[in-house]
Amino acid sequence: MTGWLGPQEWQAVALSLKVAFWATILSLPLAVIVSHALARWDFPGKQIVNGLVHLPLILPPVVTGYLLLLIFGINGPGGRVLEALGMGIAFQWTGAALAAAIMGFPLMVRAIRLSIEAVDQRLEQAAATLGASRVHVFATVTLPLALPGILTGSILGFAKAMGEFGATITFVSNIPGQTQTLPSAIYSFLQVPGGENEALRLVIVSIVVAMAALILSEVFARRLAKRMEGT
Amino acid sequence: MTFPALSVHMQHPREGFTLAVDFDAPAGLTVLFGASGSGKTSVIDAVAGLSHDATGRIAVGDQVLMDTAQDLHLPPHKRHLGYIFQDARLFPHMSVAHNLDYARWITRRPKDRTAFDRVVEMLGIGPLLSRRPARLSGGEKQRVAIGRALLARPKLILADEPLAALDDARKGEILPYFERLRDESDVPILYVTHSATEVARLATTVVALDAGRVIRQGTAAEVLGDPGFAPGGLRDIGAVIEARVTVHHPDGLTELDAGGLPLLLPRVARSVGDRLRLRIAAQDVILSKTRPEGISALNILPGTVADIRQGDGPGAVISLDTAAGRVLVKLTRRSVQALKLDRGTSVFAVVKSMAVAPGDVGGAAR
Repeated sequence: MTGWLGPQEWQAVALSLKVAFWATILSLPLAVIVSHALARWDFPGKQIVNGLVHLPLILPPVVTGYLLLLIFGINGPGGRVLEALGMGIAFQWTGAALAAAIMGFPLMVRAIRLSIEAVDQRLEQAAATLGASRVHVFATVTLPLALPGILTGSILGFAKAMGEFGATITFVSNIPGQTQTLPSAIYSFLQVPGGENEALRLVIVSIVVAMAALILSEVFARRLAKRMEGT
Repeated sequence: MTFPALSVHMQHPREGFTLAVDFDAPAGLTVLFGASGSGKTSVIDAVAGLSHDATGRIAVGDQVLMDTAQDLHLPPHKRHLGYIFQDARLFPHMSVAHNLDYARWITRRPKDRTAFDRVVEMLGIGPLLSRRPARLSGGEKQRVAIGRALLARPKLILADEPLAALDDARKGEILPYFERLRDESDVPILYVTHSATEVARLATTVVALDAGRVIRQGTAAEVLGDPGFAPGGLRDIGAVIEARVTVHHPDGLTELDAGGLPLLLPRVARSVGDRLRLRIAAQDVILSKTRPEGISALNILPGTVADIRQGDGPGAVISLDTAAGRVLVKLTRRSVQALKLDRGTSVFAVVKSMAVAPGDVGGAAR
């Protein structure tokens, strides 16, 4: 495959996979907790939290990227703290992962929240009467029953992270080998005369990765459904 | 100081009315009896801790579950319950075995193989253990739900219309398990139903509800034998008498002894000597002033009229004192006049053997 893809293209693909993987893995636990809170808890400011979660979906990605730059850029308050800790993310792949995670977060939360809302609360009550605390109810009943939605949410988040462009390029720029993800690379190739072939190859890679993710999630979802039906 | 097995003094605002229910029940099985909308489920959910706007005081023995005066409201998982729901509510993602074991597993108690096997055996669910709930029939689900509740080592068993979703055959299959629970364990049971049959067979104590108030409390015989009490409509009334199995006749009939009076019923699946209750629906009894002869009905109970209650319609309910206990009879007012029935009149109640529904027979009297 390295023969077919040039080194710059290969780098972009590898980086995108790395960025998307970490963005998904690290935001998933938070997405599950936020989804559960939005689906099941009553607390003041719930609508504000709901709005904040969905903001990246509605704002122009460039705006989200710029806000990230303001906060986590080298001179931003968050950026300084991270820099002092030796964990600066501005113009790093980790910054790309943060941008991708934030952009994918609302998609994840929407899918997971729906699946948690679909879990029969009467089953949760039954678990409580059998001695399960709220945390135990969540871990042993709600979470396993919401698993198909969590899977869907993760795939959506992963796909979004693979394709994130606007916020990423604004926040961490487009540095080959460091922050040049697959969409940024396609964009760059299209800016140079004669780069159409490279761009097209990356487009094909994008399609293959997206299809693979979809098929994988379908396989998992079927396994889960089978497990419920039992033998 | 002794405590009632179950003490409920609670209020709960509901749409249209405020439920205010007060009762203390002794050990055994307490039935909350009433039509739908009478507030039964609100009471059982308050006892379980599943309802948030109930106020008052609820205690099981000396353990207080809720006392709003002391700002005490134990969450459901600290109430040591075994709640059997109408819809079973088995966990679909776990095997039957894991469902049964859930309470022990979640509270990190050590495994108790003996207790597990005993419950599995009693309910006959051994062959189901590796299955998922989706592959069970309604009756099987309900048996597993009973087992799951029992294995939680409850201090109180709650059952909310556990038979309502089942057909008659399945009901007949599950009812005996509740009779065994009542007779063989010391754990108090609070059982919600709108079925007079279930009251007759199961209740140690009946608490009858109507529009969010307790309207009657007593034993099954007292409450169901009260001619003024017909929560499910007059169609549903019928007294409960107690009897002992004396002989199984070869022609398929079982002879019972009810306070010295012989009763013949279609085969009762009980051993000779067993005590049981049976409910005689008031509409299945006819009265005669003289001892009837040459009729097909096998059971004739002599008695005296204790009370006559006439409703607004053409019907009347006669309370009859017999050696077997209080029997209710539904007649037309015209018959009451024709027979010149009055308090103290000696009559004979005639009950067709086949009229006693199999579902209405059973349950060792406690």
